[in-house]
Amino acid sequence: MLNQLLFVALPYVALAIFLVGSIYRYLYKGFKVSSLSSQFLEGRQLFFGSQPFHWGLFFLFFGHLIAFLFPSTVIAWNGQTVRLLILECASFAFGISALWGLFALITRRLTNKRVQIVTSKMDVVVYLVLLVQIISGLCVAYFNRWGSNWFAAFLTPYLRSIFVFDPQIDAISTVNSVWLKIHVVSAFSIIAIIPFTRFVHFLVYPVDYLWRSYQQVIWNWDRRSIRTSRAHQVGEKSKNN
Amino acid sequence: MNIRSQIAMVFHLDKCIGCHTCSIACKNIWTDRKGAEYMWWNNVETKPGTGYPTKWEDQETYKGGWEKNGDTVSLKGTGKFKGLKNIFHNPYMPVLDDYYEPWTYKYQDLFTAPEGDDQPIARPVSLVTGEPIEIKSGPNWDDDLGGSPDFARKDVNMEKLTPEQEAMFQLERMTFHYLPRICNHCLNPACVASCPSGALYKRGEDGVVLINQERCRAWRMCVTACPYKKSYYNWHTGKSEKCVLCYPRLESGQAPACFHSCVGRIRYLGVLLYDADKIEAVASCKEEELVDRHIDIYVDPFDPAVIEAATANGIAMSTIEAAQKSPVYKFVKLWKLALPLHPEYRTLPNLFYVPALLPGMASVQDGIYNSTTKSLWGGIDTTRLPMKYLASLFSAGNTEKVADVLKKLMAVRMHRRGVTVGDLKADEISQAMKETNLSGNTADEIFRLTSLATFDDRFVIPPAHREESIEMLENTADVKGNTGFGFKETPARGL
Ligand code: HEM
Ligand code: SF4
Ligand code: SF4
Repeated sequence: MLNQLLFVALPYVALAIFLVGSIYRYLYKGFKVSSLSSQFLEGRQLFFGSQPFHWGLFFLFFGHLIAFLFPSTVIAWNGQTVRLLILECASFAFGISALWGLFALITRRLTNKRVQIVTSKMDVVVYLVLLVQIISGLCVAYFNRWGSNWFAAFLTPYLRSIFVFDPQIDAISTVNSVWLKIHVVSAFSIIAIIPFTRFVHFLVYPVDYLWRSYQQVIWNWDRRSIRTSRAHQVGEKSKNN
Repeated sequence: MNIRSQIAMVFHLDKCIGCHTCSIACKNIWTDRKGAEYMWWNNVETKPGTGYPTKWEDQETYKGGWEKNGDTVSLKGTGKFKGLKNIFHNPYMPVLDDYYEPWTYKYQDLFTAPEGDDQPIARPVSLVTGEPIEIKSGPNWDDDLGGSPDFARKDVNMEKLTPEQEAMFQLERMTFHYLPRICNHCLNPACVASCPSGALYKRGEDGVVLINQERCRAWRMCVTACPYKKSYYNWHTGKSEKCVLCYPRLESGQAPACFHSCVGRIRYLGVLLYDADKIEAVASCKEEELVDRHIDIYVDPFDPAVIEAATANGIAMSTIEAAQKSPVYKFVKLWKLALPLHPEYRTLPNLFYVPALLPGMASVQDGIYNSTTKSLWGGIDTTRLPMKYLASLFSAGNTEKVADVLKKLMAVRMHRRGVTVGDLKADEISQAMKETNLSGNTADEIFRLTSLATFDDRFVIPPAHREESIEMLENTADVKGNTGFGFKETPARGL
């Protein structure tokens, strides 16, 4: 019953909240979508927190994504022990980096008066779930070796079954690791709170900057096409409104 | 030819009295809010001085603006690669202490203090944390050369002129002028180019550069990229903000608040037409050519070919007429009296300055305070601010450019003195006029626009035709009888 609740109900509720909430916030509360940078108030401590935290997460995110999408590739890579060790050590290092960064960020929030002024209740929630998430992940890596091998057997089928709307929880519920269960549950909790926290900022990562031209000019009224157009209403909604 | 229209500006520094009325007018309208207290979209600096934020001109620290990169330009501290790499922490971003910590006073204490032997005082409290603070700096802390050893001496423009610099700090030679600054609404804005989320844009119809508050994600790259430090981060809302050139006022035919309120009447505003195809080539030209080619990018609004190209681009006839009457066109193109501030940042700013023709020198000799020059004003090469210093501000180091302008200003003065007082030798005047290629009529016109200009001479604002542009957002037939735009979100900080 509990397993049903945690591994079937929670994921679907989380995903539903995430989708509806994020789209709503993006479309109707655009002003509130921001990384809420606090660098302006404090820059040095932020460097030692934000950099290791984000770069650690950055690589871990892609690691998880690859393991989820191409588990066989990961297993093939792990065929040689050296390679397995490299992969596991690297992932662990990124995890440590993220944890170190998170500690630095939390210390900064606690000690710097100016930053405290811009810390909201939801920020506290964010730090708590991130602590649980990262620590449980590191524990899984340490106590249940080697994750990159058994991931494909226990987790990938479960996650896939969720996404194809045919939840199979046998593998995950029989796993004998509390840390792994905490890690999965807290992951879905994070997904659920994305629309209500500063987490929204990574949904708007500016990839399109890479192909956009540097300068942007927007006309409020395209008189040139007005003259040549026969349509009564030529207006294309301008991007900035 | 790709003709576009731009609202451009001229500030006549000889007329600025440093009253800061402009700054206050702007503050009261736009930045009197939480998170924006420290912002001065319009600020007035004393030069020499370090300015606001401190040493903003030091691009080795702040990495603002563009640098020449072969046939093109690239952003100095931001851009696609550097920006995305530094997005988690921007190493070149100025922080609150580089501006100043905004404060207020506990006025209530003056009333509630218990009776005692001492006068009650209102202690200063930080507007960020609410705690009592000791005020250590402010937006014009070095006003009128206050604290010169710490400020004026550290002026970035003086790094290259050590011997003259020492001379400048002799008491008898000390001088300064004011430098009011707002966003330059550049032709090649570094702020726009640096914004990863594309929140910044230049308005096609009048060239005003704005930040879309809904799309800004606080990646704070524009703060670094603007070499003039005229894009500010609102620490409370988590959005960047900048001077909007009072566009709601412009659209209804009023001058921006800082222009409208200017006590010294130093400000001029009008349309310049320019050829947008040339932007990249001009921005990336050799440093010696920058000023000339920048001024060349603006075209003659009377030229029939220009008028034809402008109409083909959809520029309204009313705008072209405004361009023909533009006081900015006269100062910048016709008379070549106004220069851009720090053209070497390569953003092609649209705010031009008529440099100050500094007063004659005097010094104390044998206990007598006397003019050190024989004639009334002295030669321009003996101005108290070294020419190299002015050149570092207004012409990327080219002293000839500044000298040309100062000579012209001097010639106008001599000519007018000839007309009104008549105590100067006629050949002295005609010599000065000939050297600068000025006719008596032009000199009179310069004098008139400088000294006697009325409100409508100083601000020639083209109609914005907003009544037409509304049709882009709504079908006017459908919303007949309604009011307003119908989209509004309270600017509350996100979670
Ligand atoms: C690649 C996408 C991401 C980008 C571009 C990004 C960018 C940023 C930026 C600019 C800040 C503000 C830093 C400052 O104060 O100046 C920030 C803060 C933060 N980010 Fe990210 N981020 C990303 C991904 C993530 C992820 C995946 C998470 C967690 C799941 C995360 C969690 C946080 C947290 C908790 C903070 C607050 C840090 C603090 O000020 O204490 N970010 N991020
Ligand atoms: S002065 Fe700065 S903020 Fe203004 S347009 Fe130029 S680069 Fe952008
Ligand atoms: S209001 Fe005019 S005269 Fe006064 S400081 Fe501003 S620019 Fe100078």
